[in-house]
Amino acid sequence: MNLYLKTGWNDWYRRRVPGVFLLLLAAFCILFLRLFQLQVLGGAQYHRLSENNAIRLQALAPHRGLILDANGYCLADNRPSFDVCIVPWYARHSQTVLPLLSEILSIDGDRLAERVNQGRRSAPYSPVCAREDIDRDLLAVIHARLPELPGVILNVRSQRHYPQDGAVAHLVGYVGQISPQEIADGRFPHRRSGDLVGKYGVERAFDAMISGRYGGRQVEVDAKGQVVSVLRTVPAEPGSDIRLTLDMRLQNRARQLMGDNTGAVVAVDIRTGGILAMVSQPDFNPNWFVDGMSTDQWNFLAQDPARPLENKALLAYPPGSVYKIVSAMAGLEEGVITPQSTFFCSGFLEFGGRDFRCWKKGGHGRKALVAALAESCDVYFYELGLLLGVDRLAWYAHACGLGSVTGLGFDNESPGLVATAAWKRARFNESWMSGETLSVVIGQGFNLVTPLQMAFLTAAVANGGILYKPQVVARITTPWGGTEESFAPVVRGRLPVSPQNLEVIMQGLWGAVNGPAGTARAARLADVPFSGKTGTAQVVGRGDRETFLNRIYDRRDFQNHAWFAGYHVGQDGEGIAVAVFVEHGGGGSAVAAPIARDLIAEYARRAGPVAAAGADVPDWRE
Amino acid sequence: MFDRRLLQNFDWALALMTYVLAGIGLLTIYSAMAPTVQGGATAFVYRQALWFAFGSLALVVAFIPHYNWLDRWVWVLYALCIFLLIWVLFFGKTVSGARRWISLGPFTLQPSELVKLAVIVVLAHLYSESARESGLSLGDLVKPAIFVLLPFVLILLEPDLGGALMLLLIGGSMTLFVKVRRRAFAWLVGFGAAAAPLAWFLLKDYQKQRIFTFLNPDRDPLGAGYHIIQSKIAIGSGGLTGKGYLDGSQKALAYLPEQHTDFIFSVFAEEWGLAGSSALLFLFLVFLGLGLNIAFRSKDPFGTVLAVGVVVMIFWQAFINVGMVMGLMPVVGVPMPLVSYGGSSVLTTMIGIGLLLSVGMRRFMFE
Repeated sequence: MNLYLKTGWNDWYRRRVPGVFLLLLAAFCILFLRLFQLQVLGGAQYHRLSENNAIRLQALAPHRGLILDANGYCLADNRPSFDVCIVPWYARHSQTVLPLLSEILSIDGDRLAERVNQGRRSAPYSPVCAREDIDRDLLAVIHARLPELPGVILNVRSQRHYPQDGAVAHLVGYVGQISPQEIADGRFPHRRSGDLVGKYGVERAFDAMISGRYGGRQVEVDAKGQVVSVLRTVPAEPGSDIRLTLDMRLQNRARQLMGDNTGAVVAVDIRTGGILAMVSQPDFNPNWFVDGMSTDQWNFLAQDPARPLENKALLAYPPGSVYKIVSAMAGLEEGVITPQSTFFCSGFLEFGGRDFRCWKKGGHGRKALVAALAESCDVYFYELGLLLGVDRLAWYAHACGLGSVTGLGFDNESPGLVATAAWKRARFNESWMSGETLSVVIGQGFNLVTPLQMAFLTAAVANGGILYKPQVVARITTPWGGTEESFAPVVRGRLPVSPQNLEVIMQGLWGAVNGPAGTARAARLADVPFSGKTGTAQVVGRGDRETFLNRIYDRRDFQNHAWFAGYHVGQDGEGIAVAVFVEHGGGGSAVAAPIARDLIAEYARRAGPVAAAGADVPDWRE
Repeated sequence: MFDRRLLQNFDWALALMTYVLAGIGLLTIYSAMAPTVQGGATAFVYRQALWFAFGSLALVVAFIPHYNWLDRWVWVLYALCIFLLIWVLFFGKTVSGARRWISLGPFTLQPSELVKLAVIVVLAHLYSESARESGLSLGDLVKPAIFVLLPFVLILLEPDLGGALMLLLIGGSMTLFVKVRRRAFAWLVGFGAAAAPLAWFLLKDYQKQRIFTFLNPDRDPLGAGYHIIQSKIAIGSGGLTGKGYLDGSQKALAYLPEQHTDFIFSVFAEEWGLAGSSALLFLFLVFLGLGLNIAFRSKDPFGTVLAVGVVVMIFWQAFINVGMVMGLMPVVGVPMPLVSYGGSSVLTTMIGIGLLLSVGMRRFMFE
């Protein structure tokens, strides 16, 4: 206590005080400098960050356009999908809501509780999805019990739906999430990750038109995720609806006629090039892709040997005898034969030390072109082939639309193959052997055609020689009904044949169905006149096929492919061309021709593809 | 008991500054609570005002007697505080994993706050007797060290990193103020360096996390780094002139945690910009300067050291709080004196200011 009087001592302490002040000053200068750094130097950036924190963009999904057939049947639409979600903040006081909800939805209660608790900590106003896409019964239950379920909300989404299930699967296609590859390619310029884009078929080829445009809302949110205000709204643009040229009744009938067979049917309107039916079997249900599929379903799609995901109408196969149409055309036009020229068929032709057989063991005898076509005499065409040579034959094939894509616009169309000497040299580094021409001319050998190409070739024969570009879309309409775009038929080319020569060929095709010895005679109709050509494409050599062992095991995949390409022309020039292809179907006349017959009959017995008002046309709005 | 000379030497400026800062605090608390509490913001303001009322009472009680009563009762006070610290460890209220509070009916008391004052008084008592011109030797430091380390450890056990750190800083500053011999100082530094790794192991995980996050807040923008990033955004976006009173958007949208307590400066800086923030810092500097002036003019060592201790206590809290919200140091949960919401802090600071005023008033009085 006596220190207090020692002022000398105190001076020592006191002198140190200003030093303290200086240190404080220095410290505050540091703080000030930091403030300067943050607020002046970084001011603009932090200001921007504070804005970004608070503002969120919510996308407003557009309504995807409908896909309808020519009569207005709905092939693809959007259905509401109900998700059951729970908002953690509103559910926070209830002990019972989570167990009850788990029980009603039959989901794991612990997992849900875990997710909700996590949500409550991080973003309590953001809904946690408990179960997606519930059915209507469950929806009714939940809705009725909402008072017992505080915090539970029902979110509605729009989900793509295919009411016809698998009937038009390959043509209409399906949608799926855009892949990173597709984003990188720029194939879908206005889409971002997470958007649905067409993956197959019309959905893909015309995606730009039916997808519409995303809208958006700029909202301000607070730190918990609760929307505080809506700053701006840009409405979504709905996609346009697409009317196809397809006739659903023909499509269904064709599918029914194909039964369990693997293969394809293509039916074309001969005056417009509009596709009336396109069936590929086996098919699949495109709803699987949208609703989510089970492992079994995926295994079926990916691993079934019949490959359901392929659109067989667009795949290329050996044409067999239907190719003789091209060969005949080439022969006539090149002048190496006339309609009166004949060749003698004894059941085989010897060439190059080999016997090239005709399908008819005993031979056809002496035949001219019309009969040779009608009865599908191989020897006649062997002789023709030797006179033509492979390259001339190839030229005509190309002019008939073979060997290149038809212009349908789908990604997965095969161009087929038309062999030439040059091609063989490039491919196998071997020169062409004349004997190979003999195979090619009757549709065996290297050549490959697609059912689509065959159908259009047939249509061109039927309508006087105009080769149309395949059309699958008739018109595009706005969501309010007005026409946005109409598609007129597009001519791709003309068959390289004079009207007279074409007439001869048509006679041959007429004879195949209606003539006394026509290969398709069994398929003729009394009331509906139609013509066509059968084809039987060998898969393995006959010798192999008919060996004792293989006959015993009856191996289906050694069976020949069955083809039939035919047409019917009505009174005023309108008509239908049909190409039927049955994989490993055996004989074209036995298997493929009846299918074409019945389909043509279906077409002809009605008033035509574009129905006027009629009692049996259902309202597509049903 | 009252002498006219007391009033003559009463530091009105200091008292005024105290209430100016308190007023700024009340306004900012209102702004901070307004958007999230939906009309209940005024309740917070009232409660804080109530604390200031109590604080003012305590302040007056503190400066009425001559400050050397502390000198007489120093050990009693110290023992009491230690007792409370031990009490809180066993019977305290737990809030988010930390036991720091004692419930007294509707109010809670934080002993770690009060013990700061006790330590200041103890150190002032010790150093006013033992300081030498040549500085304290290592031997001289033993006693002060024990008296500082005891509460330090107790607070650390709560756990309260910020409070413990504060004790060390205050104790350290006061010790350095009375000069330490170079050798002793070297020993201290060496000891500190050796102890640091040990202390690291004693730190709880979340405390270690805090240090990591301080070093790199972007490492964990959704967790620990979130507070700092949001605080910097709030402060930085204030720019030169700020967004205006009540208009801070970061604050409004509750992106800042603890806006009314630890991060009150961020709210203020967002709304008043560089102009306002530097003005506030300047006010603090003036406030502390006035306190140091009292220390300077005090006639006895005890008074000087005591005043310096109080000033240093307020300084470190302000400095660390502002530094923390600006991302200069790890988040340690230190409130801003007088401005932040929180009764214990207000009470302690007001008592401290009362002591300052007491020293200032009595520079000519000897008993």
